[in-house]
Amino acid sequence: MKTLTVFLKEVKESLRDKRTVLSALLYGPLIGPIVMVMLISTTINHQMDRADQPLKVPVIGAQYAPHLIDALKQQGLVLQSPPADPDAAVRNQDADVVLRIPSNYGKAWTKGEVAQVELIYDSSQRDANAAEGRLAGMLKTYAGTQGAMRLVARGLSPELMMPLRVDARDQSTPQSRAGMMFGILPYFFVITVLVGGMYLAIDFTAGERERQSLEPLFANPLPRWKILLGKLGAICTFSLASLLICVVAFAVAGRFLPTDKMGMTLNLGFAFAGRVFLLMLPLVLLFAALQTLVAGFAKTYREAQTYLSLLMVVPMLPSMLLTFMPVKTVGWMYAVPLLGQQVGITQLLRGGAVGMPHVMMCLVSGFVVALLVTLATVWVYRSERLAISA
Amino acid sequence: MIEVSDLRKTFGTVKAVDGVSFIARDGEITGLLGPNGAGKTTTLRMLYTLMKPDSGQVKVDGIDAAVDPLGVRRLLGVLPDARGLYKRLTARENIEYFARLHDIEPARMRARSDVLVDALEMRDILDRRTEGFSQGQRVKTAIARALIHDPSNVILDEPTNGLDVMATRGLRQFMQALKAEGRCVLFSSHIMQEVAALCDRIVVIAHGRVVADETPDALRAQTGETNLEDAFVKIIGSEEGLAA
Repeated sequence: MKTLTVFLKEVKESLRDKRTVLSALLYGPLIGPIVMVMLISTTINHQMDRADQPLKVPVIGAQYAPHLIDALKQQGLVLQSPPADPDAAVRNQDADVVLRIPSNYGKAWTKGEVAQVELIYDSSQRDANAAEGRLAGMLKTYAGTQGAMRLVARGLSPELMMPLRVDARDQSTPQSRAGMMFGILPYFFVITVLVGGMYLAIDFTAGERERQSLEPLFANPLPRWKILLGKLGAICTFSLASLLICVVAFAVAGRFLPTDKMGMTLNLGFAFAGRVFLLMLPLVLLFAALQTLVAGFAKTYREAQTYLSLLMVVPMLPSMLLTFMPVKTVGWMYAVPLLGQQVGITQLLRGGAVGMPHVMMCLVSGFVVALLVTLATVWVYRSERLAISA
Repeated sequence: MIEVSDLRKTFGTVKAVDGVSFIARDGEITGLLGPNGAGKTTTLRMLYTLMKPDSGQVKVDGIDAAVDPLGVRRLLGVLPDARGLYKRLTARENIEYFARLHDIEPARMRARSDVLVDALEMRDILDRRTEGFSQGQRVKTAIARALIHDPSNVILDEPTNGLDVMATRGLRQFMQALKAEGRCVLFSSHIMQEVAALCDRIVVIAHGRVVADETPDALRAQTGETNLEDAFVKIIGSEEGLAA
């Protein structure tokens, strides 16, 4: 009953704080979907544009290989006048790739020797790789045709040069291709829960101590754990609201992504949103307790803010791990809080299903850990020093 | 009635409170006087069970604080050294929050709130958010919420700290009224004149010990000084920290 009193007061007070409300109900949950839509739309449109456009390449020594240049032009190459210093032009991103044809090209070609051309590019530039790839492809096509023609001229089958043909069969589905791209998405949900409760967790412990209102509060006839539960409840309410807004926003944002252009389908519908919400539930309590625990060690609001910002890095680890080192999803991963949510949500994004046993593993392990952290927080709350402001 | 016997509390190597005993009776104002750092606040914190004493006993109306801390807190109205309000709540909401934590039914809460608001002359600020309150307004609100459950024992830690002359006068009258209602009033101060003007009994604390526990008159007689200020200086053994 008194826990409810604490809960209601904390919710009322927090609703009157503009910064808390904005960060929990607006910035926190909406930044993820907005950034996602913007980032992906730009990337996709950028790549689409590039692929459709003719390839503009400065060529040095075009006069030594008129036949080659004609063939490249037919494949969509637009000749540009060569820069004075090709190396510098590539480094300064004036050109994505420069083709250099040496003066002895013609001599080698007519003699039937291996003629050489050079591609000058900077592989650390994203756009350069695409341009280099396209130009190299064109050159390979040209070389292949010419090689085949020389064999035919000598009465040999061009197949002699092809002892092995590789047929690549990609087993990815449109959904799983999208899933790769959205590997970062589970992290957005986690961050939303963290941001949703952050200012409340700081305000309820370090903030209340700094404003010297914790000592009078503790002079009231109710055990501290009841006060703590009321506060945890308020934090959970805000981060739940935050999470709810976030999953709904993703469900809506999914419709605006031009994923079909890339041959992907993305199932960000409301069924997906509901499942994510369920998987994330234990983390709401876990983070509320964890943030309160960490903020309890801080003497001032500012100090608590610093600690909690550092805390935001922790849940990034499984996301980064799985993004950069794709490991096979194994059953036990569902039993590790954070990792479980990460693999579960990724699985849902890839269009796969998360079985009931795995959902239960995720929920049970999450709530057990959340309970342990809550108990630790209760224990810290009993400390005499917690209440003392000065 | 508040009974304290042989209270001790150590922080690291510092003996903050080193064997404090005294009795604060109902219908009396008891003053805890001592220089800064003498152990007044720590003693009071053990009374309202924020801290546990290393040894010694605290009894409020016969209830042992070590056995039933919640029971003791129900009998106490406390204005701690820290008196922060919730600045996004109005004065009334601040008071009502503490009333609910004491489980007071709404009708009684309103009646009691009316009495306190009139006694403290704070009706004009009641429905304002406490952000931007003056020191005096803050102390009034903090006292009102501390006494909303009509406690028979009142503990005030340096209540006049930071108040101007008028606010201090008002607070002293309020304390006299609490005494007249038969309550046990215990307050700490380092301001000698304040203690002398208000108290029926003075407990002087220095270096964590009680160095005198007398009526103001007895104190004068004991030290052979007619002036109370000189009497205090003589008892404490130095002039350190005593504001006139």
